[in-house]
Amino acid sequence: MKPVVELVDVWVELGGHTVLEAITMRVEEGEFVSVVGPNGAGKTTLLKVILGLVAPQRGEVRVFGRPPRDLGRDRARIGYVPQVEEIDLRFPLRVIDVVLMGRYGILGLGRRPRREDRRAALEALELVGIRELAGKLIGELSGGQRQRAFLARALAAKPKLLLLDEPTTGVDPAASESFYELLRKIQEEDVTILMVTHDVGVVSRYVDKVACINRRLVVHGRPEEVVTSEALAEMYGCAALFFHHGRIPHMVVRPHTDFREEGK
Amino acid sequence: MSLLGYVFMQRALIAGTLIGATAGAIGVYVVLRGFSFIGAGIAHAAFGGVAIALLLGIEPLWGALAFSLAVAWAIAYTSRRAAIKEEVAVGILFAASMALGIFLLSFVPGYRADLFGYLFGNILSVSSHDLLVSFVLAGLVFTAVAVLYKEFLFITFDPGMAEVSGFPVGVLQGLLLSLVALTVVLSLRVVGAVLVAALLVIPAATAYQLVQDFHRLLFLSALLGIAEVVGGLIISFYLDTPSGPTIVLLSAALFALVMFLRKRSP
Repeated sequence: MKPVVELVDVWVELGGHTVLEAITMRVEEGEFVSVVGPNGAGKTTLLKVILGLVAPQRGEVRVFGRPPRDLGRDRARIGYVPQVEEIDLRFPLRVIDVVLMGRYGILGLGRRPRREDRRAALEALELVGIRELAGKLIGELSGGQRQRAFLARALAAKPKLLLLDEPTTGVDPAASESFYELLRKIQEEDVTILMVTHDVGVVSRYVDKVACINRRLVVHGRPEEVVTSEALAEMYGCAALFFHHGRIPHMVVRPHTDFREEGK
Repeated sequence: MSLLGYVFMQRALIAGTLIGATAGAIGVYVVLRGFSFIGAGIAHAAFGGVAIALLLGIEPLWGALAFSLAVAWAIAYTSRRAAIKEEVAVGILFAASMALGIFLLSFVPGYRADLFGYLFGNILSVSSHDLLVSFVLAGLVFTAVAVLYKEFLFITFDPGMAEVSGFPVGVLQGLLLSLVALTVVLSLRVVGAVLVAALLVIPAATAYQLVQDFHRLLFLSALLGIAEVVGGLIISFYLDTPSGPTIVLLSAALFALVMFLRKRSP
């Protein structure tokens, strides 16, 4: 398998603080990886490093085998779903117009969207199951529907790598679960997915790997390895998350219990 | 004699139409980005530029243009560096340019009467040369909005995503603020430096209450801008009041009326 994202000893300092420390990790082609960790652990910064928006002080970053800043036209092969709080929901735009923005990167400067862009936008809406909402205003959608609209925007350019930042914040649990199901469906179309989330418990049922970050990469492995690892118990940021969001709290409260034994 | 019988009034009405359309359209971006204050900052900088031009004996509009463009790019630059907050930078530039303008004008003999015109607008002051400049500036603004429609929409709605998609967000922001600067310079003669910021906010805010589609919002705001500037000019002609305040009061009244009617209708 080829690595789609590769970080080697990445250090990031922002405003005098070390935000990421010696991060080394790989995301293989076709994997679905979630990045978990407490607030301020550097999860969003990690995505920004992969997107080339933040340049690390030290270390190497490669996306599709190249530094993110040198991606050129291949930049459009990265789909990104940002945190919704950054967006003004009273903005007078229809869902279709928002999804169409996912094509802007391919179009580049000065070129208007054409019929094929509109078709791609509608297909993306179809894929996430809200095509009938194309003509609604973005502010009229429910939390779950809006999340699907932003996912559709990221998918409109038919990306090979999908990055999501806390996509289920403010979305109810049932809608979150069906959102993860949807991501699994997208993964099957050969899309590599890296998702930052708070939702440690539920998400581990859907992803191939969990990366636990608290400035450093604490653990990175299959979900059942991560939630039972000693490293996680050491890393109290992550453990605290388990306690509070505790959908599978017994695994963390007694981290020395061998989960694999128990599961048999 | 009817109002169209006066050449100065014909010129003012043509300039007013251009001002209303550009301020209305650019105002949509100003209102949606929530940077109403930036319009005021650029307008006051323009006034500083007028003062320097008068002192140096060059065409005031060039001074206004140079100053307001410089401030537009300074704001775009500081907003990209996290060291100072955008509003703080604008707040400093805004007061300093205004102070500089008044300070310098005290050294210019004989221009005191004209000063009032630059602050609050004067319909008598539109020369045929000004009119030509207005056409050029309005043409530039509308060409830029038409060519960079998608880009300006993108950086206004979601600058983060625009950056991820590989757009030069900093340059585009500077360009958009430059269009605000051009609109300010264009409006300076008729509306005045103190009130031009209102024209960048009120028509767009009024239109925003009526339509919910970005494209229609641009058109309606431009139309409202024209109606308000032309209407205000006609009223100021008959009442013999300064044009700027008359236009702004008419716009504010229309905004209040729309808000009142919208509240009453379901």
